[in-house]
Amino acid sequence: MHIVVCIKQVPDTKIIKINPKTNTLDRRSAPAILNPYDAHAVQEAVNIKKELGKGHISVISMGPPPATDIIKKSVEIGADEGYLITDRAFAGADTLATSYALSKGLEKIAKARPIDMIICGKQAIDGDTGQVGPGIARRLDIPPVTNVLEVLEVNEKERTVLVKRKTSGGYEIVQAELPCLLTVEKEVNEIEYAPLPNMIKAARYEPVIWTVNDFEGVDRTKLGLKGSPTVVGKMFTPPRPEGGKKLEGTADEQVKQVIDIMLERKELFFVK
Amino acid sequence: MIEEYRGVWVFIEQNEGVIESVSLELLGAGRDLADKLQVPLAGVLLGSEVKSLASQIIAYGADIVYMIDHPVLKDYRTESYMKGLLKLVETYKPEILLYGATPNGKDLASAVATDLATGLTADCTMLDIDMENRLLEASRPAFGGNIMATILCKKDRPQMATVRPKVMKALEPDETRQGKVVEETIDLKEEDMRTKVLKIVKDVTETASLADAHVIVCGGKGMGDELGFQLIHEFAEVIGASVGGTRDVIEAGWLPYEYQIGQTGQTVTPKMYFAVGVSGAIQHVVGMKNSDVIIAINNDPNAPIFDVATYGIVGDALEILPKLIEQFKQIRKEMGGEISYA
Amino acid sequence: MKSAMPEKFDVIVVGAGPAGTACAYTCAKNGLKVLQIERGEYPGSKNVMGGVLYRKQLEEIIPEFWKEAPLERPIVEQNFWLMDKNSVVKFGYKGLEWGEEPYNNFTVLRAKFDQWFAQKAVEQGSLLINETVVKECIVENGKVVGVRTDRPDGDVYADVVVLADGVNSLLAKQLGFRKELRPDEVALAVMEVINLPKEKINDRFNVNDNQGCTIEIFGDSTKGNLGTAFIYTNKDSINIGVGTTLSSMIKSKMKPYDLLDQLKNHPMVSPLLEGGESAEYLAHLIPEGGYNSVPKVVGNGVVVVGDAAQLVNAIHREGSNMAMASGRMAAEAIIKAKERNDFSEAGLSSYRDALYESFIIKDLQKYKDAAHTFEENPQYFQYYLPMLNKAMSEFFTVDGVPKKDKQKEMMKMLTGEKGKLNVIKDIYRAWKAVK
Ligand SMILES: Cc1cc2nc3c(=O)[nH]c(=O)nc-3n(C[C@H](O)[C@H](O)[C@H](O)COP(=O)(O)OP(=O)(O)OC[C@H]3O[C@@H](n4cnc5c(N)ncnc54)[C@H](O)[C@@H]3O)c2cc1C
Ligand SMILES: Cc1cc2nc3c(=O)[nH]c(=O)nc-3n(C[C@H](O)[C@H](O)[C@H](O)COP(=O)(O)OP(=O)(O)OC[C@H]3O[C@@H](n4cnc5c(N)ncnc54)[C@H](O)[C@@H]3O)c2cc1C
Ligand SMILES: Nc1ncnc2c1ncn2[C@@H]1O[C@H](COP(=O)(O)O)[C@@H](O)[C@H]1O
Repeated sequence: MHIVVCIKQVPDTKIIKINPKTNTLDRRSAPAILNPYDAHAVQEAVNIKKELGKGHISVISMGPPPATDIIKKSVEIGADEGYLITDRAFAGADTLATSYALSKGLEKIAKARPIDMIICGKQAIDGDTGQVGPGIARRLDIPPVTNVLEVLEVNEKERTVLVKRKTSGGYEIVQAELPCLLTVEKEVNEIEYAPLPNMIKAARYEPVIWTVNDFEGVDRTKLGLKGSPTVVGKMFTPPRPEGGKKLEGTADEQVKQVIDIMLERKELFFVK
Repeated sequence: MIEEYRGVWVFIEQNEGVIESVSLELLGAGRDLADKLQVPLAGVLLGSEVKSLASQIIAYGADIVYMIDHPVLKDYRTESYMKGLLKLVETYKPEILLYGATPNGKDLASAVATDLATGLTADCTMLDIDMENRLLEASRPAFGGNIMATILCKKDRPQMATVRPKVMKALEPDETRQGKVVEETIDLKEEDMRTKVLKIVKDVTETASLADAHVIVCGGKGMGDELGFQLIHEFAEVIGASVGGTRDVIEAGWLPYEYQIGQTGQTVTPKMYFAVGVSGAIQHVVGMKNSDVIIAINNDPNAPIFDVATYGIVGDALEILPKLIEQFKQIRKEMGGEISYA
Repeated sequence: MKSAMPEKFDVIVVGAGPAGTACAYTCAKNGLKVLQIERGEYPGSKNVMGGVLYRKQLEEIIPEFWKEAPLERPIVEQNFWLMDKNSVVKFGYKGLEWGEEPYNNFTVLRAKFDQWFAQKAVEQGSLLINETVVKECIVENGKVVGVRTDRPDGDVYADVVVLADGVNSLLAKQLGFRKELRPDEVALAVMEVINLPKEKINDRFNVNDNQGCTIEIFGDSTKGNLGTAFIYTNKDSINIGVGTTLSSMIKSKMKPYDLLDQLKNHPMVSPLLEGGESAEYLAHLIPEGGYNSVPKVVGNGVVVVGDAAQLVNAIHREGSNMAMASGRMAAEAIIKAKERNDFSEAGLSSYRDALYESFIIKDLQKYKDAAHTFEENPQYFQYYLPMLNKAMSEFFTVDGVPKKDKQKEMMKMLTGEKGKLNVIKDIYRAWKAVK
């Protein structure tokens, strides 16, 4: 079983400090991390490999050279090897161009070792789009199953995978043929504390680096900024709604006013 | 050739014959866009035995319903739905195509955008038209929500966007509205499908109940500690409301993630929303600002939450909540009944 | 997926502060197989220091490091403030020669600096592992043979283990090399990084973009506690901190952050910080026992370096430089030991010898009584400083009193009710402590 996980390096938006008064953000403080959903994706690949007792896990990322860090991080979690696509030609890509570049990388990986399953994060926290995974699946013409909450079974013999998938009203159980592409929610697993040998391996690990010249027959017009149909128009601060009135008086008087407001809409607090 | 593409479309997501509310909201938003562009608004309906839904789609504002009804389309699957939608788009060429940003909507939109090689903007919260260039202005929060970015797709058609549930307003349904239904056929075989939906489970967990709650009491970091936060639970209990929290509260471990309200949590639109000890960071506000009545309690008179609150109380929540709880208990007793969800 | 035999390295370095990294760097550069283990998310992520980095000891490891290291500002001005409630006596030195190569010292932010330094060691071939806590040394037959980490399959072996785990060094305690620190051997320091635009810093401290300034504050800054406060200028932030020995803090029942708050609001200090935004708040211990509390630093298969070995000169706020120098010396001893394949206490003893011959132990010896002198004689801080301020105020006040009378008055103030003899005794004692 060869599982490839697509991983992205993102600024840690949790650490970005925000001044609630001015709504400005302090990006200085935000380190680049492995997209949290992708960490779960790698962990899921590791769990599947453990469950089956064998398998091979590759990770692939498109991004600037420091993204080797997240490949090492994936090796810590348990990936066997990693590839980084990095080249100015890929810069400025939107999700369409990203899925194209990644699908080229995946095809190249598959040539050396056929791929049985691709796992992506549900979304990357820098853009929150969640469009790259299904895009890759289309380009490689494999079925996607998005928003996976749990991988229930991987059946190597039947070449199927059974998953629990989140829907807007609950969840559904879906069976997909291999090869397929899953995008995973955080609930899919808990990231495990990596064993020391993985840490040592990761510290040593040198990812394979590919530039645009490593891809034969790639259509350069589909890459990077050129290959991106969407452009960012204007940026603006969201209009803030007007504030209402502040209640006056002592605490008790204010409480009374609130109660009155609530009782005006008594039906909300329906009394049987 | 992009001039060939005309009309505004909304993908109508139905699950087991019930239209998702976001699709109805999008018909409301799409109506606006279509009127500006002076083109018809269409709903696109895929499914099995869903023909009866067409009239509802028209009542909510559509001029046309494009429809494919086929047994293989019974449950949503990327492969089959994508084929159906692609066929319609290629035949009737809309200039704008909107989807609800639900798991299925996002999945379908991403797949379709790849095949059409067109632009797709995710999770929009504002839509408008640049009349001069006849362009869809799809705006969404960027950089952690502090800023809105307007995304344009200038050269490719259709221009596509997924739109967050609960940010657009559905129109009042008008049963007398007239519209056209265009039905297409498609050649699909179950044997060709590489995925199967084995079971669908409705799961009305807390998450769902929060989204549908009529009254929400949201506590923030200002409650001090887990003990202070108990007041939120207590207050919610006596008034029969659902509890929510800010991200800081979830991170502090006072509530599980399902209860987070805001940009990275849930969007809610209750009839009444209490924000207690909540500063009102923009990431939080985007998730609750469409509530009908917002009542904020905060001891900092300059807290930004007061900019969105219908009624603001400047004061100590730890003092005010117990009073509210006590008084409401009294009222409940006087009315002699149990309080239950409206 | 149980791993096979755990790996064996030449050297395992515990901790990626200046001491550990200096050691890892030097070992790796000389071809040894090094594993460095750090518990923080990355080196420096939790490390704290006022922020003065001395040139010499790092230069001995990485020549011309200032061309690439993430330094804040070269320091061109160093000040001492003797502060009272509403007054301050200042003296200091500003030398523009310090603003040019090879410089004298620099301000640094440890979160950036430690990361860079550790990366340099990695470039030399050292393996660095973060987010991993060493729980204990693995001891076999009276010899340290490796470490046990908190990770699954977490044992790893080496000929030598270097304890560079900082002031608390649980590992040195585990081996019985040292005891728990006494409250008078350790200072608790708290500091804040306050963001302030570069232009404001330049204005307020009268420096240019690439010039930095340090202020050491005695007196009202510590409210009579033994210790000092400091203000250092970074590129676009200021480090401000205060440290006092644990024992005097216990005595005066003060909380460190109260002290820091008071300092920030002191009328002499607050104008420097005005409009700044607090970016980080940090607290850390400083070993201040000096010479008297340096523990055993060499054992079978193990050496102790940096703060773990209590190598800090509290009087001159030197620590990181001693840490680096000790790390380098330890590395050199390990390299020698490797040549002879003897990692016993005797085989590694050249580290101890080098340490005791170096400036480190000599300096610590020189000031060995300083801390205690001040600790046991609070009058230095509680009495003389306010007096000195009063005296200076008197001196500069133009009020028609003849200068000669003023001097007499000042002398009286300084000696006050203590009497001349007592003052002379105090001065002599202080001088002896730091001479
Ligand atoms: C990418 C990104 C996504 C985010 N997504 C979300 C999200 O989905 N949801 C979300 O909520 N946040 C989100 N945030 C975080 C958001 O920026 C704020 O940090 C968060 O909403 C603040 O939570 P709070 O109001 O509970 O806490 P604080 O900002 O600490 O506010 C506490 C408030 O309580 C008041 N207070 C204190 N004591 C009392 C008292 N005794 N009585 C009354 N009032 C008191 C204070 O004046 C203060 O205004 C996100 C941030 C980022 C960067
Ligand atoms: C407020 C303050 C101001 C100071 N100002 C100055 C100054 O201006 N100039 C100066 O030269 N010195 C100064 N010092 C002293 C200086 O910071 C220290 O002497 C120096 O950092 C010592 O380096 P070290 O490598 O020995 O220890 P540390 O820098 O403390 O590094 C120890 C490392 O080991 C890691 N570690 C600890 N235990 C474990 C474990 N079990 N497993 C794995 N990793 C572990 C820690 O995370 C840490 O990274 C100051 C100190 C303080 C607190
Ligand atoms: N540049 C990239 N390199 C590798 N994988 C990516 C990249 N961008 C997105 N992905 C994958 O696609 C998922 C969804 O990303 P997004 O569509 O950007 O929200 C991520 O969780 C990753 O698994």
